Amino acid sequence: MTNVDVRPLRVLVTKIGLDGHDRGSRIVAAYLRDAGMEVIYTPPWQTISGVVKLATEEDVDIIGVSSLATDHLIVPKMMTALREAGLDHVRVVVGGIVPDEEKGALLAAGVSRIFGPGAARDEIVDFVAALGRQSRSDRIDEFSEVNS
Amino acid sequence: METFHKRLRAGDPKAVARAITVMEAGGSAAANLHRALLPSTGAALTVGFTGPPGAGKSTLIDAFVAELRKSGRTVAVAAVDPSSPLSGGAVLGDRIRMGRHTEDPGVFIRSIASRGHLGGLNESIQPIIDVLDVAGRDVIVIETVGAGQSEVEIVEVADVRVVVNAPGLGDDVQAIKAGILEIASILVVNKADLPLAARTVRQLRSMLALRRENDRNVPVIETVANSAKGVADLLEAVLNLAPRAPWERQARRRARVHRLVAEAAAAQMRRRIMGRSDEAFFVTLARVEAGELSVEAAAHALAAHDQEPAPESSQQTTVSKQNEPVT
Ligand code: B12
Ligand SMILES: Nc1nc2c(ncn2[C@@H]2O[C@H](COP(=O)(O)OP(=O)(O)OP(=O)(O)O)[C@@H](O)[C@H]2O)c(=O)[nH]1
Ligand SMILES: [Mg+2]
Repeated sequence: MTNVDVRPLRVLVTKIGLDGHDRGSRIVAAYLRDAGMEVIYTPPWQTISGVVKLATEEDVDIIGVSSLATDHLIVPKMMTALREAGLDHVRVVVGGIVPDEEKGALLAAGVSRIFGPGAARDEIVDFVAALGRQSRSDRIDEFSEVNS
Repeated sequence: METFHKRLRAGDPKAVARAITVMEAGGSAAANLHRALLPSTGAALTVGFTGPPGAGKSTLIDAFVAELRKSGRTVAVAAVDPSSPLSGGAVLGDRIRMGRHTEDPGVFIRSIASRGHLGGLNESIQPIIDVLDVAGRDVIVIETVGAGQSEVEIVEVADVRVVVNAPGLGDDVQAIKAGILEIASILVVNKADLPLAARTVRQLRSMLALRRENDRNVPVIETVANSAKGVADLLEAVLNLAPRAPWERQARRRARVHRLVAEAAAAQMRRRIMGRSDEAFFVTLARVEAGELSVEAAAHALAAHDQEPAPESSQQTTVSKQNEPVT
């Protein structure tokens, strides 16, 4: 029987822009699945508007963006688009190769954390799980009871 | 809550997505929402795609949806993938094959994990379909978990069932076992670009020839999902089989409600009997153990003397008990 309290976290693992490095996102998708989460995985090359639509339809708690190219500044644009779509409760984590001088811009835009190469499985899983619970408890709508 | 219902009926994707989450979670919120929606259901055509893993269901749905969009219809896809029995998690991958619709507001796609439910779907699939129906989608496409044997549940939720097979999957037609053949409204041999496709078609046709008269008319259609070959024919066949007469739609709806109520009743009864620990109950169990009473007779007696009072039909109470799904 479905139990409201154990409704699995839903996470969108995706890549936006022209960056095709997908090994990291595949591995992370598997980590999160093995930790009991429902992962909506997309191939690379998504657009910002596509990610917003995906996150809306799939009612995810978290978006994980893997980024190993040079156009990380697409992430702040995505954050703006999420807010404009009213998805304020959705938390965002980024993984991959982000130069130090660009991390500030991502965090300032609302990214919760940036994971670099070699990030350990447990570190990723624990952080995402805690963040997902936070995303749910912060969400105020007609159905707050399903967020526990 | 009133504005939520308005948004849902207007098809606002955020409201639709949220309502699906509520249905998946079950419990009294789901039961109340479903009750409010049921009177407005029944307008959408539901089309189920089932068949063995890797037969090309998702790819074919992608092409089928494109064809539906050409005809101006709005679409929702509910794609079910299995949850891991160990972790409970899932990578929901069907939608990867439907990438071309990601940006089309006329296509709403939702990935659904089976969450331990057997039968190729999710326990809450009917309420989920009802949400998409009320949201005004013309056609609702359902993809089952790929198993090819036991997902007969699709019969109950889909007006038209497309069973997708592909050449070279195991023993060809063996891959579609008898049970699943019986539920097909349409048989598709996908991957018709591969060798042996013609043989698979022949095998299916000869299996159909042995069936009852009605079943012999099941169309067999060859498709190549990734080049859309045969997909227009598939759409035509689906539309031909759509229940159109009002009495037919009414009968299907009644059958669905009938089943939902029966399932909920069984679940409630089971829960109550599992929860009993009174003396009379143990006496009954002891009599079964001693061979004085058959299991059937004991069940009959327990069900007949079930003490639970019927719930009030006020706005707040629900048919199902708290924290239990409606289905
Ligand atoms: C393998 C590789 C490739 C493969 C990619 C195969 C594939 N399908 O992924 C190939 C050969 C195709 C390739 C091509 C290119 N590459 Co390359 N590639 C690498 C390399 C060596 C390893 C990347 C990798 O797979 N690591 C293994 C995975 C598991 O690690 P990871 O992605 O970092 O993921 C971990 C964490 O970052 C984090 N994480 C990652 N994503 C996410 C997501 C979430 C949600 C979370 C929580 C965590 C998380 O968790 C993971 C586990 O710890 C890196 C160098 C490096 N050391 O990183 C260069 C590198 C990424 N590539 C680089 C470049 C420049 C290219 C090319 C442009 C080269 C060229 N000129 O053609 C092309 C571009 C391809 C494209 N279309 O985008 C540069 C990028 C430079 C930059 N960012 O400034 C790098 C850094 C090499 C370098 N030092 O110059 N590459
Ligand atoms: N050659 C060929 N390959 C196809 C065709 N249709 C699908 N495929 C390929 O078959 C593989 C499986 O396709 P999917 O659409 O994921 O199959 P599925 O039945 O949805 O799979 P599950 O959901 O995992 O059960 C993919 O690699 C597709 O590209 C086709 O008509 N011809
Ligand atoms: Mg599939």
